Amino acid sequence: MEETNWSTIISPHTKWYKINIREIWDYRDLIFIFVKRDIISIYKQTILGPVWFLLGPIFTVFTYTFLFSEVAHLSTDGLPGPLFYLGGTTLWNYFQACFNGASTTFSANAGIFGKVYFPRLITPISLMISNLLKLSFQFLTYVVFLIYYFQKSSTLHFHFEYIFLVPLLIIILAMIAMGGGIMISSLTSKYRDLSMVVSIGMMLLMYATPIMYPVSAIPEFYKPYLYLNPISPLIEIFRYVFTGTGTFTWFQVAYSFFFGCLVLFIGVFIFHRTEKNFMDTI
Amino acid sequence: MSTVIKVENLSKQYRLGLVGASTFKEDTKRWWARIRGKEDPFIHMGVENDRSIQDGNNFVWSLKDVNFEVQKGDVIGVIGRNGAGKSTLLKILSKVTAPTIGSIKVKGRIASLLEVGTGFHPELTGRENIYLNGAILGMRKHEITRKLDEIIAFAGVEKYVDTPVKRYSSGMYVRLAFAVAAHLESEILIVDEVLAVGDAEFQQKCLGKMGDISKSDGRTILFVSHNMPSISTLCNRAILLKNGNVSIDSSVSDCISGYFGGQNKSNLLSNISLKYLDVFELKSIRVYNYSDITKNTLLDHQEIILETFFTLYEDISNYHITYHLYNEQGDALFSFSHSNTELKYGDNKLLFHFPPLFFQSGTFYLHFHLIKNKKHGVLSEKDIMSFQIIDGARELGTYMGREPGFIRPIFKSTIQ
Repeated sequence: MEETNWSTIISPHTKWYKINIREIWDYRDLIFIFVKRDIISIYKQTILGPVWFLLGPIFTVFTYTFLFSEVAHLSTDGLPGPLFYLGGTTLWNYFQACFNGASTTFSANAGIFGKVYFPRLITPISLMISNLLKLSFQFLTYVVFLIYYFQKSSTLHFHFEYIFLVPLLIIILAMIAMGGGIMISSLTSKYRDLSMVVSIGMMLLMYATPIMYPVSAIPEFYKPYLYLNPISPLIEIFRYVFTGTGTFTWFQVAYSFFFGCLVLFIGVFIFHRTEKNFMDTI
Repeated sequence: MSTVIKVENLSKQYRLGLVGASTFKEDTKRWWARIRGKEDPFIHMGVENDRSIQDGNNFVWSLKDVNFEVQKGDVIGVIGRNGAGKSTLLKILSKVTAPTIGSIKVKGRIASLLEVGTGFHPELTGRENIYLNGAILGMRKHEITRKLDEIIAFAGVEKYVDTPVKRYSSGMYVRLAFAVAAHLESEILIVDEVLAVGDAEFQQKCLGKMGDISKSDGRTILFVSHNMPSISTLCNRAILLKNGNVSIDSSVSDCISGYFGGQNKSNLLSNISLKYLDVFELKSIRVYNYSDITKNTLLDHQEIILETFFTLYEDISNYHITYHLYNEQGDALFSFSHSNTELKYGDNKLLFHFPPLFFQSGTFYLHFHLIKNKKHGVLSEKDIMSFQIIDGARELGTYMGREPGFIRPIFKSTIQ
């Protein structure tokens, strides 16, 4: 009896490097079916449907405009308030939705994970994709604002030559969100303590990201610290491409990219260690 | 025949109690041991999984040193009381959780139906859920599309296929889920308690489908159920789990009788030497299936014979033997004797033939009586022996449940 013929060996531990990419590829249809499920289930039994994706950010943006620019007189790099804030929140909302979703991968899916096996990474991956829908709706709103303000003012510059950066920065955001999210999800599957910190952490991270203020408004001394945050340059690039304000260096792009890769790698590693036995402890 | 599943020293340890600071301490110790390359300090702790015994130990072995092999095309029944480790075994097999020690080697794709309907999204329609559920079980989209009509027809939900499943009745829900899983092209199928839900008709359909899968496609099935008739009907082999160990790995009938607590007693009672004066001596009593005298198990679907061996030392036979049959609760069921058979001088072997399906599964007790002149009980022995009838195979498509009562005699019936 040849021992080499086994197609699967179920054992207590697997080597950390044995992350089965091929298996995820085999289940690729499931990713898209999950995406479809997520999208459909949001729409179902609402009249306005995806319009709800837009109303939230629009209200937020007008609140920001009133509070930060009208009342507190924070700088917007010379941009009209709504345009400035909408750019930042569009990206941030995507990041936050992805991160929060991924960080509850285990706890939110315990029911289904406890009954049937499929590569667990399918869940966060499909989440990153389904959140793109919401992102694109918000982005469309942003474009509408953009067109409106372009006609009104001449100070806006559209850096078309850098538009290729936009997909890249969304990918980087997704990598950081997924890597960080599944890390949190793995670490909180047994001890929930960390999940208490997450919401506070997300709020602090938002203030440490130039969403409600431009980098140019930050005192020189604090700028290096602001750029330690790998999301900061991403927001600045976004504004630079579409409105011509904000600054970035290629070094920052590379930094964010490698940070994203590292977080994703560590995240997948920890996730992989946890996924085999989390059902017993969750 | 080749081995498709090989389970080796499989053990699974669980920790009882709450997760908190004390488990964190244990985890730290465990981690520290691993860093130094030492063995897990808690691995040898834990006791057999017996819920009724309370001790200070927080670790239990839900499965302990389980070994067995499954051959290609086997339909293997896994039986055992609640908490015997059936579900844990299936969970490990379907990769929902990992073993603590040991391994399972598998050849081919495994599809598991642990509580059907997993992953159904209430807001999605039946059709969308077929895709969703199929993909969760590992099917490719084109595979599902190819089988869509067949699945819908099998589930019998044609009319509701574009309605969200939250509007389905629970029976429809389960039917749809089973239909998806049953059409999955996997080499190994794990089925857990499907029959607990759904109406009798659908249960039959499921069993029939499982029979087809194993017979025509040569696929391997692991079937967990508490319904012995269906185990008996479908499976060609069984495993009895008891407190996390494989208690019996043998034929279906051995496992079923082991499940009902028997197996230690033989159905042959010899060297009794029960005497009445110098006239009568009872030597042995034996109960057996007509088809196989050597087997200890008694299957209900085969003819059962009660054989009484005795010697008569008197020429004129004015004696006869009467048995009283009792059930486990001690209720007398009926008595029977040999009215038309004359006993002879010397050795007698008296046979009573019970037709197939006369007894229902259960344990029965015999009281023995020797009667003289058709009126005086001269010798009697209560509970002289007991025997256990187990569920045998039934025809697929028939009722798999239990009829009321303990026996189901077949009477001659006529139409006028």
